[in-house]
Order: sequence, then C-alpha cells, then structure tokens
Amino acid sequence: MIQFIIRRILQTIPVLIGVSIIVFSMMHLVPGDPAQVIAGEGAPQEQIDNIRERLGLNDPLPTQYFNYVTGAVQGDLGTSMRSGRDVSAEIGARFWVTVELAFYSTVLAVFVGLIIGIISATRKYSALDTTLMVIALFGLSMPNFWLGLMLIQWFAIGVDLPSWIPFFNNTGWFSPSGWGSFSQIVLPVITLGTSSAAIIARMTRSSMLDVIGQDYIRTARAKGVKERIVIYRHALKNALIPIVTVVGLQFGGLLGGSVLTESVFAVNGMGKLIIDSITARDFPVVQGTILVASLLFVLVNLIVDVAYRFLNKRIDLD
Amino acid sequence: MSRSNEHIEKSETAVRPPNPRLKSWKSVFNKLKKNKSAVVGGILIILLIIIALVGPYLTPYDPLYDQDVTNKLATPSSEHWFGTDNFGRDIFSRVVQGTGLTLMIGFFSILLGATVGVFLGIIAGYYGKRTDSIIMRIMDVLLAFPSILLALTIVTVLGGSMVNVVIAVAVSSVPIFARIVRGSTLSVKKLEYIDAMRALGASDSRIIFKHILPNITSPIIVQATLSIATAILSAAGLSFLGLGAQPPTPEWGAMLSDGRNYLYNAPHVALFPGLAIVVAVLAFNLLGDGLRDAFDPKTKE
Repeated sequence: MIQFIIRRILQTIPVLIGVSIIVFSMMHLVPGDPAQVIAGEGAPQEQIDNIRERLGLNDPLPTQYFNYVTGAVQGDLGTSMRSGRDVSAEIGARFWVTVELAFYSTVLAVFVGLIIGIISATRKYSALDTTLMVIALFGLSMPNFWLGLMLIQWFAIGVDLPSWIPFFNNTGWFSPSGWGSFSQIVLPVITLGTSSAAIIARMTRSSMLDVIGQDYIRTARAKGVKERIVIYRHALKNALIPIVTVVGLQFGGLLGGSVLTESVFAVNGMGKLIIDSITARDFPVVQGTILVASLLFVLVNLIVDVAYRFLNKRIDLD
Repeated sequence: MSRSNEHIEKSETAVRPPNPRLKSWKSVFNKLKKNKSAVVGGILIILLIIIALVGPYLTPYDPLYDQDVTNKLATPSSEHWFGTDNFGRDIFSRVVQGTGLTLMIGFFSILLGATVGVFLGIIAGYYGKRTDSIIMRIMDVLLAFPSILLALTIVTVLGGSMVNVVIAVAVSSVPIFARIVRGSTLSVKKLEYIDAMRALGASDSRIIFKHILPNITSPIIVQATLSIATAILSAAGLSFLGLGAQPPTPEWGAMLSDGRNYLYNAPHVALFPGLAIVVAVLAFNLLGDGLRDAFDPKTKE
C-alpha cells in the first residue's frame, strides 16, 4: 500500500512538470509581444520595456521557465499587473472561498445523489424510478449559470404570482450575491452541486443495480436477511466503491466549474479572479490561479486513487 | 471513419458472406428503436436540425436588425412569443437563429476533438511502449486541468471568438477520446484475427484503419454523442463569460449573459435562451444514453 502511494506520488511529477510548462507557455503563446499585449494598444514604448523588464521577458525562454518554476515552488507566482500585489496573496485571499463552495456543493451532491440513487435502484423501473432519473437527466443537462440566474430570480428577487400561491411569493429569502452568511451560501451551492448530484444519482443507481444482481445478494435474501439490511449493509457497501471515485472527481471538477457559479453570484473566489484577470489581461494572475487550481485537482485525484485502492482490495498490483 | 467502413462493405460483401458488422449495426438500430430515451433524443435532435435549417427563413423578425425601440424588454405576447430584449429585438427569432450556431459549435468541436483523440489513442494502443507512454503522459497533463479551465486557458491565449471556442472545447475533449480508444485498441489488438492479418503481411496502417478502427466505433460514437452535450454546455459557458461568441451574435450563452442584467424587471430575457440550451443538451444526453444501452451486449432486447 505504502509502495503504491509512493509510486502514485512519483507518477504525478511528470504531470506537474507538464502542467507548469503549459501554464508558463500561456503568456508566450499569445499572438504578438506579451509585454505589448499586457500594456495594451498604443502604450508608450517605455511602459512596454518596463513590463518586459519586470516580467523578465528579456531572458532566454528556458531561463524564464526555470525562474518561474523555482519561484512557484517557493510560493512566488509573480506580481499582479492590475493591483501590484503578489499573485500568491491574491490567490490566498480567495482560495478558501472556492474550496468551501466546492466542498459544500459536493456534500450536497453526495447527500442528494445517494438518496435518489438508492431510491431509484430499489424501485427499479417503477414510475418513481423513471421520474427521478428524468429529473437527474435534466440536472445533468442544465447549464449551471442559467440555473443560478433562475434561482436568483425565484428565491432572491421573487416573482409576481397570484397571491394564493403560498410558496414562491417571496421577496428575497436568499441573497443573490456574495459569500459568507448562510443566505449567501445556499443558492451558489445548489447551483454548483446540481449536476454533480445528478451524476452521483445515476452512478449510484447503476452501481447498486450491478451489486443487487449478484449472487451473494440473492443468498443473503434467501437466508432471510431483512431487505433493509440487504440493501444498506450488503449492497450499498460494495456499490459505494465506484461511487467514491465519482465523488472525488466531482469535487475536483467543481473546483474548476465554480468559475461560472462565482461569476453569476459575484462570489469573490478563484474562479472570479481568473475571469476578472483574463478580462484585464493580467497574465501572471491567470497563470497562477490556473496553476493552483490544477495542482489542487491533481492532488484530489491522487487522494481518490489511493482511497479507491484502499476500499477495493481486489485490484491486484500491476 | 465512415469512409473506411464503406470501403469494407463494398470490398467484402462481394466475396464473403454478409459482413457480421453490418448485421450488428442493424441489431443496434433495432435496439435503439425500442429504447425510449434514444427515440426521444433522436427526435429532438432531428427537430433541432430542422429548426436550424429552415427556422431562420420563417421567423417573423430579423434577429439582429429588427429593433423595436419603443417595445424594449416586453414580456412574451402573441406578437413576440418569447418577448423582446433590451434592444427591442424578438427573442424567439434570436433563439431560433442561435440553434444552428449551437449545433455547429457542438458538432465541429467534437468532430475535431474526436478525430485527434481517436488518432492519438489508436496509435498509443497499437504501438504501445514508448509511443504509448509519451502520448498518454501528455493526455494525463491535459486531464490535470479541470476541463473548463483548460478551455479558458486556450481562449485566453487565442482570444475570445466562436472559432476559438470550438478549438478550446475540441482540445479539452481530446484526452477522453484518446483514453477510451487506447483501451479499446488494446483489447482488440490481442484478438487472433489481428495476428492473422499481421502474418498475412498487412501494413500497420491497414490493420489500424481497416481492422481495428471499425471494431471500436461503438464506444467512440457513444462518447462523441455525450461529448456534444458537454461541448454545448462549455461553449455556452464561455460565451456567457464573454469569452466566446460576441454580441450581437444570437448565441444562447451570450444572450443569457445579456439577460442577467435584466433579472429584476425582465426575467424572460434570461429564461428562453437557457431553456433552449437545456433542450439541446438533453437531446444529446438522451441519445447518448440510448446508444450506450443499445451497444452494450449486456442489455437484452
């Protein structure tokens, strides 16, 4: 097991090098002179030279890459062109917001997804199963930024309906923007978590159906084990193994997917930082944020792999 | 892909008994007809294509130039089915106009991504060893970016436009195809008839394109269909962020981005383009699900 973990960690090293090369190249792949692009059109030559000097663009590329990576390893991701602050400080101020958003969304998705999946699997082909799976498919097919807008309209702004409709006639249960208080957290978390909930629900259903079809479940039932215990103790336990992988991947994906949600709800996290910086041509911040998000994604995948291995001892050492 | 298939049909039916693959395509189609989600998805897609093709000629207003300034942000009525936007343009006409754009973005990005991914995956799986590890390590690197971030990175570099969105979405779909195709190639490569072909002196490219590729089309088709759904979502997302189609293009994501400014007094502006995206994505997801079931040997007729 320890051997596996060490090998798996070693395997991520070339991936990380590749990621750093791509992120580093971003600025140089932009058509034209990066310093000119950052300075904007019609900027005086002096300013362009100044930027070039500040970013070290006069050095040969390998030197620049080496400097970038050695800096990054020590937590130095350069300086924001926009605010003049350290990129790492800019990211640090928003890092936990995004992690929190992704984490709460994952928790919601797991909770809702598991319940829907189990209900569907135990009532296979019933009307309830079909309904739930259709809902899941809608959840999967909705652009989350649109869902966010609709939630804002219904639950933050309120809609004009005839007064006898009790539920939806409200003005502002929840806050349409920002992050921190409960009323600010609810809508973004639902927005970001819905598609993951749908994926987990579908995965749980098919994984449960696989397991329920197996011999040992029939044996357990034949022995007279109570259905509830068959489902929760025997079936779910084994069905969970592939689900864990999906949950991990979802959490990783949500870290990136939060870009749109953060934009809709004006949540000041890493996603919004990326978008704002792209608009402002603030390359060091774009690079740094994408680098950090990818590192996080790689780390989550690593943990998922190890967890999967730990849960599923049947995988042989290849 | 389809060309090599046709070729096989032509050259082999003449000499040998009917191609077993053809029979299996027929049985897949029969299974598809009985699969509710495939039928619903398929019909929706056909409808969308029809709307995209003839819709623009039938819409009552021009999606760009008919600006009824006195009638801005009007709610849906018999005159404007989906209401009007902030320039007094008819939203229904714009949504119809956007159908073709959306389908094309989804289709071309996946065509591009799948072609590159299938090629890389088949090469990696067939040649193995060094080639395999180099290609797959590069794929690992691409997979190390959450896919929307990879697309964002590419759009940042290339600049925001619809063509660049297609490229960005294509690139972020490449690794999935490469992985799936590599896996299938590995399992097909082990079969005896491939050894037989090699013993007969068939060239690598002949084996790859005429004997391996036709046998791994089903996972590719399933993945491509599901990927179009994701591609439509990502492309709309990029346009929503202002990094894709630019106004006044009637692209659904860009229209949503307009609509978000009028949530308080004219929520219909954001409602309809979003619904259109849901329908399009749903259609491809339904068909993809149905295809997966139909191709799966485990599901019985």
